[in-house]
Amino acid sequence: MANNRVLISGNEAFGEAAILSGCRLYAGYPITPQNELTQYMSRRMLEEDGVFIQAESELASINMVFGGSLSGVRSMTSSSSPGISLMQEGISYLAGCELPAVIVNVMRGGPGLGNIAPSQADYFQSTRGGGHGDYRTPVLAPSSVAEIFKIMPKAFDIADKYRTPVIVLGDGILGQMMEPVDKSLFNIEVKEYSKPWALKGCKDREPQLIKSLYLASYELEELNLRLQGRYEEIAEEEVSFQSNTSKEDELVVVAYGSMARVAAGVIRKLKKEGIDVGFFRPITLWPYPSKELKEISKNIKKFLVLEMSSPQMFEDVKLAVCSSDVRVDALGRMGGVIPTEDEVIEKIKSILK
Amino acid sequence: MKKIIYTRPKSLREVRTHYCPGCGHGIIHRLVAEVIDELGLREKTIAIAPVGCAVLAYNYWNFDTTEAAHGRPLAVATAIKRVQPDKFVFTYQGDGDLAAIGTNETIHAACRGENLTVVFVNNGVYGMTGGQMAPTTALGQKTTTTINGRESKIHGNPLPLLEMLKVLDGVCYLERRSLFSPPEIKKAKDALREAFNNQIEEKGFSMVEILSPCPTYTKMTPVDNLKWIEKETTKTYPLGRVK
Repeated sequence: MANNRVLISGNEAFGEAAILSGCRLYAGYPITPQNELTQYMSRRMLEEDGVFIQAESELASINMVFGGSLSGVRSMTSSSSPGISLMQEGISYLAGCELPAVIVNVMRGGPGLGNIAPSQADYFQSTRGGGHGDYRTPVLAPSSVAEIFKIMPKAFDIADKYRTPVIVLGDGILGQMMEPVDKSLFNIEVKEYSKPWALKGCKDREPQLIKSLYLASYELEELNLRLQGRYEEIAEEEVSFQSNTSKEDELVVVAYGSMARVAAGVIRKLKKEGIDVGFFRPITLWPYPSKELKEISKNIKKFLVLEMSSPQMFEDVKLAVCSSDVRVDALGRMGGVIPTEDEVIEKIKSILK
Repeated sequence: MKKIIYTRPKSLREVRTHYCPGCGHGIIHRLVAEVIDELGLREKTIAIAPVGCAVLAYNYWNFDTTEAAHGRPLAVATAIKRVQPDKFVFTYQGDGDLAAIGTNETIHAACRGENLTVVFVNNGVYGMTGGQMAPTTALGQKTTTTINGRESKIHGNPLPLLEMLKVLDGVCYLERRSLFSPPEIKKAKDALREAFNNQIEEKGFSMVEILSPCPTYTKMTPVDNLKWIEKETTKTYPLGRVK
């Protein structure tokens, strides 16, 4: 029997999926727990005739991505939480200059140097813009190594289509974990987007400029209105989620990324005990699948938000289902602690009591 | 018969200047434009403007330009040149951009030997923000953050960037010039030509530092500012080829 599966880590999958999506510039700086991704790219980019640069800092990495992107090439960087903080300046400039880019954040515990254990503590930073100014970044959160092969092409497509930086949010579990992946997922069709704005020299056209400085307030507001219009369009078009609920469910667990795997285990166990619990996993964290959650809350009145962080996504769920007859609880562990299935089951039972 | 000996380079737009009277940027913008025309590079040029007074360089230049975050032009330039090695890529940076907030990017692009050209405008102050001390401010020089003059014990010493870069293998050419007289301006242009040519010949990293006047924040007349650069600034930053 032909072997159609490969065993690959999440970090390597981010890299391979990016290459298969047409990424041809990668710049990065070492930081745990995403180093396998940088190492993978240093080798694969050479094979693909792309550009790999080990930068002197995350500040340099994100600005190298800026240079690759304005040249019209699909460009990406990756890092983990403290490094992503350093990149926020550059991400704001990418947004202001309307440049596509993909930034993978394999989250670790914080704040400060924190630790290298898996975490989801950068939810607010990722979904609220992160840097200075009125901008948002689409945020995609895969929950398995296989799903990374679906998420990465999507991330590059959204980046190119809307000319925006896109965050792919993973965590230390997803990055380090190896899972079998069906080789059919490697068949990624690269969509071509026309980039007449790219700087390639002014031969046969007028000189072009890519900038984010608009000294006149009304001109800067115009840029902002254009961006906000695009964000509305993204919110309309790009929401993605996985949902498994029924009217009989007593409660819905909402979780993303690696935590959704824990949630799935919990739901299976409770089912055996005769307790029906629904499952809702946002795949896009911004735009958030608020409408869909609201719809579910018409029938089910209890929600538990499960996170490897303080209650952060909790706030988005509350905003979505806000109503006097809906109860939203949170269970989050911080500092790299992963909530156990037993802990979650106990919480659910206490809510249902 | 009339012979045209002075005309606007094609690489320079016909616009009014926003720079202060006596500022050096206008001269340097023009020198860059002249050399790009002479070397036939306009249609394949991608320039990176800094944060600082010269951020608006793209209002004057008639070729593709982008604007980098403060201190980051050489990271941006590195990627552009790696992705598009057939293009001519240069950064235009002030002392604060290149030698304070962007020192890391500067040193590492130079150390990697990126095939890039840097036009380094050293006027010894932060002009755009109101004349504060720059990394290049000379000892004794008064600025809005060194009101009694720069003192090494309190403010540290001036940064000789070219002399620092000299030791790096990736660097092929470093020269410091000035604008205080027509012959000096000609030498500055010659240095730019050599630095631009190095990139065409794929020789590696080149930087030309130009000591430039800022009469507004040195609180001098334009002529006195030039004389001061000739007599005083060149003591801290001697002119000539460093590498």
